[in-house]
Amino acid sequence: MSVLVYTENWKGTFRKSTFEAVSYASETAKLLGTDVVALSFGEVVDDELNKLGNYGASKVLSASGVNKGDSKGATNLFAEQASDAQAIIFANTYTAKMIAPRLSAKLKAGMVSNVIGLPSSTSPINVNRKTFSGKAIEKAVINSEKAILTLAPNAFGLVECGGNCSIEKINAAENGSITIEGEEVASGKISLAEAEIIVSAGRGLKGAENWGMIEELAELLGAATACSKPVADIGWRPHGEHVGQTGKAVAPNLYIAIGISGAIQHLAGVNSSKVMVAINTDAEAPFFKAADYGIVGDAFEVVPRLIEEIKNAKN
Amino acid sequence: MNIVVCISSVPDTTSKINFTDNDTKFDANGIQFVINPYDEFGLTKAMILKEKLGGNVTVITVGKASAEPVMRKALAIGADSAVRINTNPADSYSTATEIANYLKENPVDLIIAGKESIDYNGGAVPGMIAEMLNIPFVNACNGLEIENNSAKLSREIDGGKENLSANLPIIIGGQKGLVEESELRIPNMRGIMQARSKPLTIVEPSSLEHLTSSESFEKPVEKSACKLVEAGNEAELVRLLQEEAKVI
Repeated sequence: MSVLVYTENWKGTFRKSTFEAVSYASETAKLLGTDVVALSFGEVVDDELNKLGNYGASKVLSASGVNKGDSKGATNLFAEQASDAQAIIFANTYTAKMIAPRLSAKLKAGMVSNVIGLPSSTSPINVNRKTFSGKAIEKAVINSEKAILTLAPNAFGLVECGGNCSIEKINAAENGSITIEGEEVASGKISLAEAEIIVSAGRGLKGAENWGMIEELAELLGAATACSKPVADIGWRPHGEHVGQTGKAVAPNLYIAIGISGAIQHLAGVNSSKVMVAINTDAEAPFFKAADYGIVGDAFEVVPRLIEEIKNAKN
Repeated sequence: MNIVVCISSVPDTTSKINFTDNDTKFDANGIQFVINPYDEFGLTKAMILKEKLGGNVTVITVGKASAEPVMRKALAIGADSAVRINTNPADSYSTATEIANYLKENPVDLIIAGKESIDYNGGAVPGMIAEMLNIPFVNACNGLEIENNSAKLSREIDGGKENLSANLPIIIGGQKGLVEESELRIPNMRGIMQARSKPLTIVEPSSLEHLTSSESFEKPVEKSACKLVEAGNEAELVRLLQEEAKVI
């Protein structure tokens, strides 16, 4: 028996979400009385693979020949390694969202997504998950022999155990039927999925030309930038920045909402943030009911002063 | 070019969510149901592809009669026919099984689903159908063009997009970018009239197997009151974020 965990890398480097998935797998394995086996696709050097031991992996299977964007090839290899796995853990990433459902259908293993905590019982496996776009929590039960769990973003945290792992290279299964032509990725930007702090702005900013101070504040805090739906629809900001019910669901440690009224659809996508700050001219804006801290005031006056005060505090 | 668009009937995005029967069932009382927003992008894309390449667009859902108003709306937007598999979806696996079994009997060139439904947010049905039909799958798909027998696609990845190609048949989990918000189609009177006479076929379920079940629901804990800081006293906000919340 084992707990199998998908350890995704980006050009050979693991991210926090990877270590979080291994931490979750390790705590689940303790409940089940078994060990964690990690599965890695693509070229990753041993020094990087060894880091997985610190979060509780006892063995790492590294398949350098598999492209993670090819869900069919990745699923086939996963299935080959899953014969004695009782639980299979994925983080909340784009490739995980392609591989996990395919694997569920292939293995007839019940899949629960957006998981927010450890199993509350293990036979059968019971877990809580976010549903209705964060407006509710569901207690889900997995009735099959194997369980597939995909985690909600930033829901669990890291647990370091200082352990070591063995590394085993495995051969790739056959390739799938999709050709990956290339990618277009903006460099140097902090991705929303990984961001600890998000600075987000809405229609209150009045125009695309006013985002300079938002970007300055974000850079100062090491934060990612985001926006509300109307702003993405008008085209002031790219669609990839839209957070909310029909955009991205995020869960940073700090979410700063500037000139966003706080429509129910927007709050649904951000209410898992640990701390929320609202800055809005309208004291009646619904965001103040959801926020932990707020300033009623004009963003064009408040934000520049906030930038100055953060600079002062840092010096 | 025959296309199937998978449609989920979901509560309107402005809905307040409540539960009944000891918090075991979603309370549909007073809820307005709409086409799942991600499916709506896919439906519009299907209409555009049909206009360019010919063929038929069929919409399919798994649900009881309560899902029919949304299917009629899809027909009014322009789909040629609708299929409703007559059972309450038990989980992602059973929904995918029903749709995959139907598509095995009635194969098409392209299957468009949304990347997830905005109610249960499983995000699993399209990937499961892909595996059951043994066809390629592109999730978070934000670009799709068809040429001859192949698809050029893009999908969202962290911080950008990835460009892909695959031979048909293929299934996608779609989102905004397939078409823009401004391209979404609103049914006009002629469409609504025509929709009444378009075929809406009811198919009985082929399998009722499911792998997960839902025990109960609860709502997240309400946050405590917002601490307001005077405009002009931003230093106090910075202090609170550093010393009290410890987030910067």
